[in-house]
Amino acid sequence: MEYFLTEEQEMIRDLARKIAKEKVEPVAAELDETGEFPWEILNVLAESDLCGVYIPEEYGGFGGGVLEQCLVVEELSKACSGVAVSYAASGLGSFPILLFGTEEQKQKYIPSVASGKSLAAFGLTEANAGSDAGAMETTAVKDGDHYILNGTKQWITNGGEADIYTVIAVTDKTKGSRGNSAFIVEKGTPGFTFGKKENKMGIRASTTRELIFQDCRIPKENLLGREGMGFIVAMKTLDVTRPGIAAQALGIASGALEAALNYARERRQFGQPIASFQAIQHMLADMAIQIEAARALLYSTARMIDSGAKNYSKESSMCKVLASDVAMKVTVDAVQIFGGYGYMKEYPVEKMMRDAKITQIYEGTNQIQRNIIALEMIKEAARKR
Amino acid sequence: MNVIVCVKQVPDPAEAKIDKETKTIVREGVTNITNPFDMYGIEEGVRIKEKNGGKVTAVSMGPPQSEKCLREAIAMGADEAILVSDRALAGSDTLVTATALAAAIDKVGDYHLIICGREAIDGDTGQTGPGIAERLGIPHVTYVQKIREISEDKMIVERMIEDGYQVIEVKLPALITVVKDINEPRIPSLRGMMKAKKANIITMNAQDLSLDPDNLGLKGSPTQVIRQFTPEIVRKGEVLEGEPTEQAAVLVSKLLQTRVV
Ligand SMILES: Cc1cc2nc3c(=O)[nH]c(=O)nc-3n(C[C@H](O)[C@H](O)[C@H](O)COP(=O)(O)OP(=O)(O)OC[C@H]3O[C@@H](n4cnc5c(N)ncnc54)[C@H](O)[C@@H]3O)c2cc1C
Repeated sequence: MEYFLTEEQEMIRDLARKIAKEKVEPVAAELDETGEFPWEILNVLAESDLCGVYIPEEYGGFGGGVLEQCLVVEELSKACSGVAVSYAASGLGSFPILLFGTEEQKQKYIPSVASGKSLAAFGLTEANAGSDAGAMETTAVKDGDHYILNGTKQWITNGGEADIYTVIAVTDKTKGSRGNSAFIVEKGTPGFTFGKKENKMGIRASTTRELIFQDCRIPKENLLGREGMGFIVAMKTLDVTRPGIAAQALGIASGALEAALNYARERRQFGQPIASFQAIQHMLADMAIQIEAARALLYSTARMIDSGAKNYSKESSMCKVLASDVAMKVTVDAVQIFGGYGYMKEYPVEKMMRDAKITQIYEGTNQIQRNIIALEMIKEAARKR
Repeated sequence: MNVIVCVKQVPDPAEAKIDKETKTIVREGVTNITNPFDMYGIEEGVRIKEKNGGKVTAVSMGPPQSEKCLREAIAMGADEAILVSDRALAGSDTLVTATALAAAIDKVGDYHLIICGREAIDGDTGQTGPGIAERLGIPHVTYVQKIREISEDKMIVERMIEDGYQVIEVKLPALITVVKDINEPRIPSLRGMMKAKKANIITMNAQDLSLDPDNLGLKGSPTQVIRQFTPEIVRKGEVLEGEPTEQAAVLVSKLLQTRVV
């Protein structure tokens, strides 16, 4: 489908596609096997200026927005979604600063993310606080010119690899969700260490680790927004970044469809290519329909955000749910089209099926997204009366 | 340190076809790319500039659409680009091409090094690079796999030969042709691509270069293609008879006879 991207957007997409084809695809299976962090590829992305596509020019970026970021994520994800999420999570870690940071904070932290010299990460989840993020236990206690952080964040993408972390912690337990605050924590701060690297089902090239804070003192200048705004910072950030997960899911799905289509044309059974069987044709058609619908919703949402809409929680959740559910369905069907070969590691589709699952879980499970969508709908309806 | 890199646009080998009648490459309707060996030349030129300062000028001769590969060179870090283009130059062989490129390079002047790819993948002659050097009266080294040292007046390079390499010291200005072992061409950056999009490509025609109109294009080229054909491959197969052990003995003696082992 023709989305009438601008010349710059096409340039960004084509460049990301080239890197995905030349640098990511050849090593995707190996990265999946070893779980090695893809620094080499991230350095290529940095040198090609793709790390800053969504960052304003005054902070060293290219001046694009969510759509530009999504185009890169989608292309990378077609080849390896573990690489794509390592790239995208840097956006997740830096959007809180872009959205809520002071001029000084932006000047200090964003240019190195834009140039790709530093990665960023976002620490919200804890062992006992997943969907229920408000149940977090990590604390930040003010002590003169500092805050002292204690607690453990769990399953943080880019943990240990990133230099810049935005972390949500409790500053006032009595105030519930209004008692959380967001902080910027630099790697190397005394009292800030990392737990073990998780061994995952998919997106294995990405790193998922604990952030451990033990009497970690950070300067009070590292508070993002005001005290008590932590929850808002997290929610507004996730509204902007969920399309990135949709793009990741969409990339996996498109990659799987392309592989399945090519395979169906080559694989012969009963004396003919399996692509000549209507059962296979309909599966391919359904995959394509779902992917295009997910892409249309994603690009529209990204454009809505980039055009300055005020509230886009609902749309952001919708595109994430649709694209991730599509990715799961499409990758399962891709394995089906490959038959037994699809179940083997020699072919790329079993990895895509494993990779797809996470997109229904993180940055808010699809159940939580549906909660958000329904709540927004009910609020809108109530306002109309 | 000023470097000139020569680039040529060639048909993408993934799509290239040979005309069954004329036996020549079909150039219509196929995607054109920058000659892959020239990419190594551009990369090496840009690396030299990044280390030693100066500028990189990309030069190409070809039809107007060759501009695309000059813009690619700029996206990778070249500073300027020159396109030598003239209808009168169509059909030129390597001698005329080398003459025209040498004239353009001479016009640019003030260079320390000229880099060409080892050959263009469409013609496969590898003659244009040395031809340019001859026209300019400067030394050249072909098949360079590594630049060990480079300064304003000389360089030490490794020249690839069949089973090893030679170490050669050469005075500058000089011309080298490079092989793919020399580097890994970078992926262009977004900023580079933006710059390339806006860049002004200097074009020169035969008159600008004061080329002799009688010695241009097909009629000015001493190379005349009489006939092109695909050589017939004559392969003889032989099936050995007897028990496996006997067959093995026969095979070994035959291999010894033919000096394969
Ligand atoms: C690989 C990976 C990377 C991650 N990266 C990051 C990161 O970088 N930063 C970060 O902060 N977090 C990260 N996370 C955490 C992720 O966001 C959480 O896993 C996710 O929010 C879900 O939380 P949970 O796993 O605790 O599931 P739970 O909240 O325990 O949910 C379990 C199940 O219950 C359902 N459920 C829960 N509550 C409700 C409800 N109210 N209504 C209906 N159903 C409900 C859920 O949908 C789910 O099906 C990552 C997780 C993984 C696996």
